[in-house]
Amino acid sequence: MIKYLHKYGAPRRFYAISGRVLPWSAVITVILFVSGLYLGLYWAPPDYQQGDAYRIMFVHVPNAWMSMMAYMALALFAAAGYIWNIRLADILAKCTAPLGASFTLCALVTGSIWGKPMWGTWWVWDARLTSELVLFFLYVGYMAVQASIEDPRRAAHASAIVAIVGVINVPIIHYSVYWWHTLHQPASITLTNQPKIYITMLIPLIVMSLAFMFFYLTMLLVRARNEILVREKDRQWVRNLARKIV
Amino acid sequence: MTWSQFWAMGGFGGYVWSAYAFTAFIVTVNTVAPLLRRRAVRRQLRRETERGEEGL
Repeated sequence: MIKYLHKYGAPRRFYAISGRVLPWSAVITVILFVSGLYLGLYWAPPDYQQGDAYRIMFVHVPNAWMSMMAYMALALFAAAGYIWNIRLADILAKCTAPLGASFTLCALVTGSIWGKPMWGTWWVWDARLTSELVLFFLYVGYMAVQASIEDPRRAAHASAIVAIVGVINVPIIHYSVYWWHTLHQPASITLTNQPKIYITMLIPLIVMSLAFMFFYLTMLLVRARNEILVREKDRQWVRNLARKIV
Repeated sequence: MTWSQFWAMGGFGGYVWSAYAFTAFIVTVNTVAPLLRRRAVRRQLRRETERGEEGL
């Protein structure tokens, strides 16, 4: 298992494989975004309570989901890099952070814009909103530690601690709407129960969620490839590659 | 449905479109920034390789 991880965790190998995956993942992302926007903004009928304002859900919910999924990915990559010294895992963790922070910021801002017409306020300090804000600061803290240490190995080690300790916040965000009285509503879609929303809302939501997932994958690959070239610039394979760049 | 009805979003146009505009802004920044960086990294690599070969 570990041997396998190290084999595929070699940056050179990852660079080659990701180069082949990238165009496909980019095309899929564009197709999903275009169809998701069409379905969400035009095809889906207005909600009987919220009118057309509920359409904010199609950007708010995928970003909120991705903010937590990206954090889980960040923590897993950081832990793998810390425990097994996998260079690629360090790189993937570092490149996940800015993407995760953007998803979090986007979830917060779109949620705020949705909150104004529905709750009558841009912001409340309830458990869901506050724990999501804490998630944003965790990402920022992780990036600050990364940026403050020059040596990549040491930066990865120090920031991994932040990433791993911060995982505790993810279940807090998820269960906040059940544990505390929040203005934020509980989940409408769970893995175990029937969804509580109508199929015409569910389809655009799933398509938009997949769009953001593939967007994350695509941009993670682009960022990781940049980072690999910088870190491995003195190696022969990167020099050979550089000769081909005109 | 007419275009003006579509943009009005049943009176919530301002909210809906600003939420989508913000999302589009974030997605664009997240797409353009790594691509610009990619260009800078590749240029830098190219320059360093050329310099290395002159020195030989």
